Amino acid sequence: MSTHSILVFKRFERIWHWSQMALIFALVFSGFAIHGTHHLIGFGDAVTLHTWAALLLLALWLFAIFWLFTTGQWRHYLPTTKNLLQVARFYAYGIFKGEHHPYRKTYMRKHNPLQALTYLLVKVVIFPAIWISGIAYLLISFGAQDLFGPIGLGPIAVIHTIAAIAIVIFIIAHLYILTCCASFVEHVKPMITGYDEVELTDEELAYLRADERQVLKD
Amino acid sequence: MMSRMFFLKGMVRRLHLLATAICLVGVAVTGIVVAAHAPDEAELGISEYTNIGTAAIGEKPAEGGKSSSTADHSKYKELEGPFSSGPEVTKACLECHNTAGHQFMKNKHWTWSYKHPKTGQALGKSVLVNNFCTNAKGNEGMCAQCHAGYNMTGPDFDFTKQENIDCLVCHESTGTYYKTPTTEGNEACSIMFEGKSPIDWVKVAKSVEMPQRDNCGKCHFYGGGGDNVKHGDLSSVLFDPPRSVDVHMSEQGEGFSCVTCHVGEGHDWAGSRYEMLVNDTKGPGKPGSKREVASCESCHSDSPHPLDSVNGIKLNSHTQQVACETCHIPEIARGGVATMVDWDWRTMGKLKNGEGFKLKGYTQGDGHHRATYKSIKGDFKYEENLEPMYALFDGTMNYITIDTQFDPGKGPVEINSFSGRYGDESSRIYPFKRMHTIMPYDKGNNTLVYMQLWGNTDDALWGNYDFSKAIAAGMKNNGLPYSGEWGFVDTYSYWPVNHMVAPKEDAMACEECHSKDGRLQQLSGFYMPGTGRTKMLDIFGLIAVLGTLGGVFGHGALRAITARRRKS
Repeated sequence: MSTHSILVFKRFERIWHWSQMALIFALVFSGFAIHGTHHLIGFGDAVTLHTWAALLLLALWLFAIFWLFTTGQWRHYLPTTKNLLQVARFYAYGIFKGEHHPYRKTYMRKHNPLQALTYLLVKVVIFPAIWISGIAYLLISFGAQDLFGPIGLGPIAVIHTIAAIAIVIFIIAHLYILTCCASFVEHVKPMITGYDEVELTDEELAYLRADERQVLKD
Repeated sequence: MMSRMFFLKGMVRRLHLLATAICLVGVAVTGIVVAAHAPDEAELGISEYTNIGTAAIGEKPAEGGKSSSTADHSKYKELEGPFSSGPEVTKACLECHNTAGHQFMKNKHWTWSYKHPKTGQALGKSVLVNNFCTNAKGNEGMCAQCHAGYNMTGPDFDFTKQENIDCLVCHESTGTYYKTPTTEGNEACSIMFEGKSPIDWVKVAKSVEMPQRDNCGKCHFYGGGGDNVKHGDLSSVLFDPPRSVDVHMSEQGEGFSCVTCHVGEGHDWAGSRYEMLVNDTKGPGKPGSKREVASCESCHSDSPHPLDSVNGIKLNSHTQQVACETCHIPEIARGGVATMVDWDWRTMGKLKNGEGFKLKGYTQGDGHHRATYKSIKGDFKYEENLEPMYALFDGTMNYITIDTQFDPGKGPVEINSFSGRYGDESSRIYPFKRMHTIMPYDKGNNTLVYMQLWGNTDDALWGNYDFSKAIAAGMKNNGLPYSGEWGFVDTYSYWPVNHMVAPKEDAMACEECHSKDGRLQQLSGFYMPGTGRTKMLDIFGLIAVLGTLGGVFGHGALRAITARRRKS
C-alpha cells in the first residue's frame, strides 16, 4: 500500500460537477424567486432562467448517466456498511478529539461510505423527486395539463419545493464538510485539477504504471 | 342656471328642442356638463345635458373598418325626401332593404328582451332592475331615447310596427342625429335647450353606412346615466382613444370601429354580456370563413403569444385558465373619464330653496367635474385607472329579477351573479367592474322594486323626490305585488371587462398576480406560484434550512473550541 497522487476526477466529471453546481445555483435562486421567497429577480425572468437551467441540467444529466454506466464509475456510489460507523463516529465525536479522518480514498472507492450513501440518496431520492415533479410542472406549463389532471399542479409543486429544500440542505452540509479535516481549498482543489492523494495497492499501482500512465501524477 | 323654465307644451315634436334630463336605465343619451362652477359649489337644477357622441370631442375621427360599399346612398332618389319624421325615413329604407325590418325585430336593441338559453331567465332592459337608475320599465319616456325605435312611450309599445324601427340611430354618419325623451318628464327636471338644430332628415338619411363608433357610443358609452358610469371600459374616450387606452380603436393602433369585432349576420351580432363566451375554442377559423364571435380568440386564437421564448409558451398555457382581458386590460376607466363605483340612493331628495341641485365634487383626469351628489339620485363615488376585480367565470350570468326573493340580511344582494370554478374547462379568470349601490327594495316581500322615475305626474321620483310614491306607482303600474313597506338594501352588480385593451407593452407583468399581495389574492382553491400560500411548507422549509445551518455552525464552533483546547 502506498499513497499516490492520481487523477481521481476525470475531465468530464469535473465539467459535470461545476456546470451542475452553476445550474443548481441558478435553479435554487430562480426557483425560490418563483416560489416567492425572494424578489431579487422578476417572476417572468425567474421562470425563463429556471426553465433553461432545468433543460440544460437535464441534458447534462443524460450525459452523466451515460458516462457513469459506460465507464463503470457508478460503482463508486454503491452503498457499503464497511467503515460507515467509523466515519459517522468520526464526525460526531472523533473530529472534536483531533482524530484523523478514518477513511482513505482508494482507487475503487473515491468517496467515503457516508459520502457515498449521501450521494446515493441524493441521486435516487432527491434528484428523481425534483426531476419527476419538475418535468411534470414543465409539461403542465407547456400545455399538457390534461396528463396530470387528477393530481393537479398543487401537489406537484409541493413535492418540487420539498425536494428543493432538501437540495439546499445538501448544499449547506456539502459545503460545510469541505471545511473539515483539511482546508476548504484543499478539498476543492481535486475537483479543479482532478488529482488527489489516493491509497493504492501494489497491484493497482502496477496496473496504473503499466496501462494508465496518464492517471498517475508521479 | 335656471331649472324651472317654462314648460313648452305641444311643440312640433320638439324637433329643435332637446328636452333632456337625466338618467336612463341601461344606456343614456345624456352625459355630463362641463361645469363652469367650481367643483364643490352646488349647481342648481338637475339637468345633465351635454353634447354626446363624437360631437362632444369636436372633429370626427377617421375610422377604420368602413366598408367600401358599392351603393352610394347619397345618390338615391328614394332618399330625396321630403321627410318630416324618423318613421318616414325608415319606410324609405325598408322599400329596398325589405328584410331588414324582420331581421331587426329579433334584435335586443328592438325587443329589449332576452331569454337566457341556459338559465331560462327572462332578461333584457324591458324587465331588468339594475343598481344604477334601477328600472327602464315604466320609465320608457326617458329611457327609450336609447331604444332603437321610435315612439316607445311605455311598455305597451307595438313591437310589430316596422316603421318604428330607428335605422338612423345606428347607420347615419353625420353625427347630427339625436333623440329626445318620448314623453314629458316632471316640470322640475325638464329644461328646454334652445339652439339645437332640427334634424335634416334627408341629409342624415343619405349619410347611412355601416355603424361607426359614434352610432354605438352615443348610447353605450353613456350607460347608467353618464359618461362611463356603468361599464368602466366603455367611455367617450373611445371616440378617439390614444393607443395606450385602446390599441384596437386608436388611430395610432388599428382604428377599429365597434362592429369590427361585434360582427354578425342579419342584424344579429356577436357579443352579449347576458351569455358570454369566455372560452372560444373555435378560434380565428380559416381565412375568409364566417366568424360570429366577438371574443379575443376569434381573431387572436387561444395561443397568441410568440413561441420563441419561455414566456411566450408559458403565457399560451395561461389562456386555458385566464381570460385575455385579465392581463391585457390592467385597469379600467383609463384615458381621463371616470367610472362610478358606488351609488347611495338614501340621500336622494335634498333640495336647496325647494329646488334640486348637484355637487360636482370629483374632477376626473380630463379636467371635467363629475357630480358626487344629485338631488334626483343621491351620492356617488368614482374611480379612474381602476384595478378590476377578478373571478372565475364561465360566461353565464344569473340575475335577480323583479320577482326574485332574497335575504337582505345575508350581505349585499348580487343583482347579477355568475358561475365559474377552477378546473372547469369553460371557466376563466375574468376581470369585472363591481358596482356597489344602496337602493330601495320591498321590505315586506324581500324583492327589488320598480320605481316611477320619469313622468309628469305626482308619483314620479324625479320632481317629487318621494320614494314611497315612486315605488307604489312603479309596482302598481306594472301589476306587481307590493307590501307597501320599503327600505334600503346593499347591492352589487358585476360588469365583465372587455374593452380598453392596452398595447402589449402595457400588459400586466407576471408579478401583478404571482406575488404575495397579488391581484388574485381573493381567489382560492388552486395553487399559484409566487403567492406564498403554502405557509406550512414554507415554515417547514425554513425550520429545516435554519436547523441545518444551526447544526453546521454548532458543529463548526465545537470543532474550533476543542481544537483551541487541544492546542493549549
